[in-house]
Amino acid sequence: MTHSTTTPGIVAGRLHPEDYAQHFDDLYPDFDAHEAMVAADRCYFCHDAPCITACPTEIDIPLFIRQIQAGQPEAAARTIFDQNILGGICARVCPTETLCEGACVREAAEGKPVEIGRLQRYATETLIAKNSHPYTRAAPTGKRVAVVGAGPAGLACAHRLAMHGHDVTIFERREKPGGLNEYGIAAYKAAHGFAQAEVDWLLQIGGITLRQGWTLGRDGTLADLQEIHDAVFLGIGLAGVNALGLDGEDIPTARDAVDFIAELRQTDDLSTLPIGRHVVVIGGGMTAVDAAVQSRLLGAEHVAMVYRRGRDAMGASDYELNHAANEGVKIITNAMPIAIHANGTLREVEFAYTHAGETGLEPTGETFRLRADQLFKAIGQKLDGAPEELTRDKRKIGIDGAGRASRAGVWAGGDCTGGGEDLTVTAVAQGRDAAESIHASLMGNGA
Amino acid sequence: MANLTTNFIGIKSPNPYWLASAPPTDKAYNVERAFKAGWGGVVWKTLGSEGPPVVNVNGPRYGAIWGADRRLLGLNNIELITDRPLDVNLREIKQVKRNWPDRAMIVSLMVPCDEESWKAILKHVEDTEADGVELNFGCPHGMSERGMGAAVGQVPEYIEMVTRWVKQHSRMPCIVKLTPNIADIRKPAEAAKRGGADAVSLINTINSITSVNLDTFSPEPMIDGKGAHGGYCGPAVKPIALNMVAEIARSADTRGLPISGIGGVTTWRDAAEFLTLGAGNVQVCTAAMTYGFGIIKELTAGLSHYMDQKGFTSVDQLVGRAVPNVTDWQYLNLNYVTKAKIDQDLCISCGRCYAACEDTSHQAISMSPDRKFEVIDDECVACNLCINVCPVADCITMEQLPKGAIDPRTGETVGDYANWTTHPNNPMAKAAE
Repeated sequence: MTHSTTTPGIVAGRLHPEDYAQHFDDLYPDFDAHEAMVAADRCYFCHDAPCITACPTEIDIPLFIRQIQAGQPEAAARTIFDQNILGGICARVCPTETLCEGACVREAAEGKPVEIGRLQRYATETLIAKNSHPYTRAAPTGKRVAVVGAGPAGLACAHRLAMHGHDVTIFERREKPGGLNEYGIAAYKAAHGFAQAEVDWLLQIGGITLRQGWTLGRDGTLADLQEIHDAVFLGIGLAGVNALGLDGEDIPTARDAVDFIAELRQTDDLSTLPIGRHVVVIGGGMTAVDAAVQSRLLGAEHVAMVYRRGRDAMGASDYELNHAANEGVKIITNAMPIAIHANGTLREVEFAYTHAGETGLEPTGETFRLRADQLFKAIGQKLDGAPEELTRDKRKIGIDGAGRASRAGVWAGGDCTGGGEDLTVTAVAQGRDAAESIHASLMGNGA
Repeated sequence: MANLTTNFIGIKSPNPYWLASAPPTDKAYNVERAFKAGWGGVVWKTLGSEGPPVVNVNGPRYGAIWGADRRLLGLNNIELITDRPLDVNLREIKQVKRNWPDRAMIVSLMVPCDEESWKAILKHVEDTEADGVELNFGCPHGMSERGMGAAVGQVPEYIEMVTRWVKQHSRMPCIVKLTPNIADIRKPAEAAKRGGADAVSLINTINSITSVNLDTFSPEPMIDGKGAHGGYCGPAVKPIALNMVAEIARSADTRGLPISGIGGVTTWRDAAEFLTLGAGNVQVCTAAMTYGFGIIKELTAGLSHYMDQKGFTSVDQLVGRAVPNVTDWQYLNLNYVTKAKIDQDLCISCGRCYAACEDTSHQAISMSPDRKFEVIDDECVACNLCINVCPVADCITMEQLPKGAIDPRTGETVGDYANWTTHPNNPMAKAAE
């Protein structure tokens, strides 16, 4: 340890080497077989279960839990993957307290839902650990489909298309597939290389060619893709980030939180990753939480997460916010950034308290400053690099219920589209459903 | 504080809990520990005739089934009677009884079905100054293949004969332990009574295979790839035992015959239930084998607390209290009309009642799009299944229709007590005169 949590400025190695492994390990361990049996026994096998309705991919949750009870976690995994081929990562990153577990009748009854997320994780990991892929491809159709983006939407779409016998090429701008699973979530949510392991397992279906380092617009246009493919699916996510609109925000120590999270995920030795003693994160969503918590885990002494509205309006779930608070992140609400103070290096960020006025959010007139060696901006991402010719819906790619974009032969899904919440599980559902629509269309069954 | 002292066929014990004849009562070491813990008495594990002792298998003797979190629900065993020399057991029985004069010491016996064998063993037992004997006519495995245990208990004539020998050759109180592996439990009880038994004890264990290993296709417990049926006991058998105890308690031919109740007693409540159905005391085994002797503190404190709450001052006041309410189906009141009612404040909307009723019963529960579940009185036959499957206690209740009300299902008015014997649909109905 060359430095400590109180070393001024932005430095690497604030912690003992062994602390890094511990800090970024799984947030909670996987169930063992007995724990899973006990947790599974709490499921009531509800009729027309509310948890299924609450799941964007509509996994038959009571069925898979019963399969765990009956001693067959692999069969349970198959039930999950039938609906959600990325059920492994979803079990780790889904905000279950607002989805399946929020709808669990035992939440209403006792405030203690069946631990669906952990049970799903147990089942899916049991199967993935065996490295056996339970799906086989249908007879080749001779149809070729381009999928742009190897994130959750693209992977789910590609897998379902491959299963139906189509040949799929995934075009991915980054070095690794996985999208936000690989680059956009906290390391402790997918420890031990789980995101890559899951993608490798998914690709075992066959019939999917992965082409990395290919960016839409730069390396080819939508028209180019359509020329040599029978259909195109766009799962390009939100590559752009919103700016604060303040002077000085372009200094190197004021970064986009998504870049910090991605860099951290791709760093093998976290003791080499510099972090400030004083870190300020602006934003109220999951990205802000992941940046703030991981700053603390890297050894930042003071981390504040500042959001311009009240806690109720924050995108991050209560579970995530409580986790952040437990990790020592100071959460400040109803405060908006108004100035960045720097003299060569970043010194302070100035905020104004806000209240809901007649014209929207208004400053109260009271201001304060926070020490900041490092500033992470997490105020939302935006569509970037999407084909101009596609109709927009609220600044995202407009799609119909089957995932069709405004141009014939083009489908889209995931965060780049307007439908549903920007969640991994929603992206998976949209990718999967678009694949079914593409399949129906290619086979002449689609309207 | 209620007095738990019991006097069962002249045998006194400080509480009505005896350890049943089984592995926990095979040696002085165990029985001393049991008495220190507070058990009221023991039935010493079954003694056989003089000579080389029986041998047991050298692999697993027990099999089990479990509920959630591996809670043991049912146990079976293929262990035989004591495999220790007779003289060792007799010496220990005598010593333990001397050490614990206030505790009940009963000796379980199983010898070949001839008068001399019984005469011989009884003499030995009398020398120990034990309080009484229990005739093991119930053990369903191993010994029954040699014409003992359940092989005797399944033939009422043999029970009567052996019981008579025992009463003839001994002045000790005699309890006859019955096997449940029989069509009508009253028959062996009647035989025991005819033979002069002072009491019966029941149930012994039930023929069973706990599970099958689906890799080796061998029944459990498995010995070298094979399995033999064992005797089933534990919480799972309690309902069977309660019924058999009640049958003997209410039968005209056996009414008044003292009963020692056995079968799945795990908590004070189980014991109280046996007592109300006519048992004068209870014997416990599986619960002790699962949790150790320490459970006696809950068993005694619980029963005592319950009796205090109800105003009972002695165990006798509880014995048989529910027997008058055990009847035959034909005498049940067909004008007792109830309807299920769902408490919407307690309902957690799981829909189990709906699935059970819609799929397997009478389509008498409705489900709204917002998951509100309500009973349709026009269809409800009051079967109770919804209550049984509801995970919330007291969420669904049975509400009785008052006399004079019209049952919307049948359109008939609720009248006075009337049963099948006088029902117009009964071809054998006696005209109500």
